[in-house]
Amino acid sequence: MAIPANNTAPLFGEGASSTLRLVVYLVIAIALMIADRRGDWLEHLRAGASVIAEPIWRLAAAPSEFARDARVALADRHALSEQNAELSRQLLLAQTRLRRVEAVQEQNQRLQELLSVQKTLGLSVQLARVIDVDFGPYKRHTIMLDLGSDNGAKVGQPVIDARGLVGQIVEVRPHSCTVLLISDKSHAVPVRIERTGMRTIARGTGTLDTLELPNIPTSADVKPGDKLLTSGLGGRFPADFPVGVIRSVGNDATGMFAAAKATPDAALDRSAEVLVLHELANPVGPPAPAEEIGPPVSLKGSDEPAPPPAQPASPPAVQPNPTNQGEP
Amino acid sequence: MRIRGLNWLFWGGIAACFVFQLAPLPAVLLPFKPYWLALVLIYWMIELPERVPLGLCFVLGLLADLLGGEMLGEQALRLCILCFIVLRFRSRLRFFPMWQQTLAVFALLLNDRVVYLMVHAIAGDPPPPLDFWLAPVAGMLAWPWLFLLFDDLRARLRAGDA
Repeated sequence: MAIPANNTAPLFGEGASSTLRLVVYLVIAIALMIADRRGDWLEHLRAGASVIAEPIWRLAAAPSEFARDARVALADRHALSEQNAELSRQLLLAQTRLRRVEAVQEQNQRLQELLSVQKTLGLSVQLARVIDVDFGPYKRHTIMLDLGSDNGAKVGQPVIDARGLVGQIVEVRPHSCTVLLISDKSHAVPVRIERTGMRTIARGTGTLDTLELPNIPTSADVKPGDKLLTSGLGGRFPADFPVGVIRSVGNDATGMFAAAKATPDAALDRSAEVLVLHELANPVGPPAPAEEIGPPVSLKGSDEPAPPPAQPASPPAVQPNPTNQGEP
Repeated sequence: MRIRGLNWLFWGGIAACFVFQLAPLPAVLLPFKPYWLALVLIYWMIELPERVPLGLCFVLGLLADLLGGEMLGEQALRLCILCFIVLRFRSRLRFFPMWQQTLAVFALLLNDRVVYLMVHAIAGDPPPPLDFWLAPVAGMLAWPWLFLLFDDLRARLRAGDA
């Protein structure tokens, strides 16, 4: 199985030409990498290619999906597992709805106190299944959902799960979309600290279980255990969704500011189903007023007995708007 | 007939690599995922180098980058370097006994990892975790089996022909 070319071509000439070719290819590759890093024209190419790549992704995901399905089928009776899946889906929806109702209740009370018109939050959510997950040391933290532009998904929609904020849609294809997680290095969420109302930014760190809050003034009142909620600034994420809990507070490298680490509330590495938010009531509205600073409400509850009896009446009025389930 | 069978084996092997490379694995196994595409290309470069010119490596690398959603050109660069080295030392690699060949493949994959690291270091990414270095070991362990499998498939093709 000798190569005829080797016998005829001079040894060194062959070597030189292949080295030249190598250099040419390397230069092209490096140019492409630089173009990819710096420019954004390659995004279009990538978007086009991802339409072709989608069936391959699905094919690659098929064995693990098959294994999962087989496990469920063997573990218990078919009907039981179906019911189980249905119930957990309903639980997920109900929990999110409950959380939303709580937020709306709070807002309602605030508005009533201000004697202004009652406003409901128009919120419609769509259930989506996670079809592919990709976390490598150098990969972007993304998940792929089975919702696409055919189901009405749009770039920029926030994605949540039952416990908190998951991320936002960054790429939409006809039948699937890519979600950038809040833990990705390039992602940042405007948040406020629930206890004090202080506004800051939570950045992803590239590890799933850690968010970073850089550049907090050293004098600021931030303690481990403080809850982070979305502040609604910027209009991308609705206000008052849980984001995470402060885990530790320390000094940053310069010593000028404090930097805190937080644990995300959402089960970024576990959830198989998530909710995509549609049509926010106030996409670009005024920021939510800061919570009053002082002792928590539970401590001074004795001198304002009015709110508890008022609450039971409000839930029917503030049911979330049309809630359609995406087909799985 | 024979050429067609060989074509199927060649392209089918490469397509299977793409699928394996993308297949989701449990997080524990993820660092052990060998660089399948490189292994299969090394095999073909050793056995039938005229089928795997540098240009093909480049194009396959670009394709893998697009599919994997990584920096465009990264795998193209890595595969070109790998391909070049293998083609240079092909005549020696070809007559190595299996264990030496396996070690050579390990060295190639390790070199590939270093190139990967350099590219990302220049791009300004943080250093990877330690398990980053497990993939070449897995690739080395996979090599003899892959080699035997492809040799066997080719032998069968030839036998079916005759």
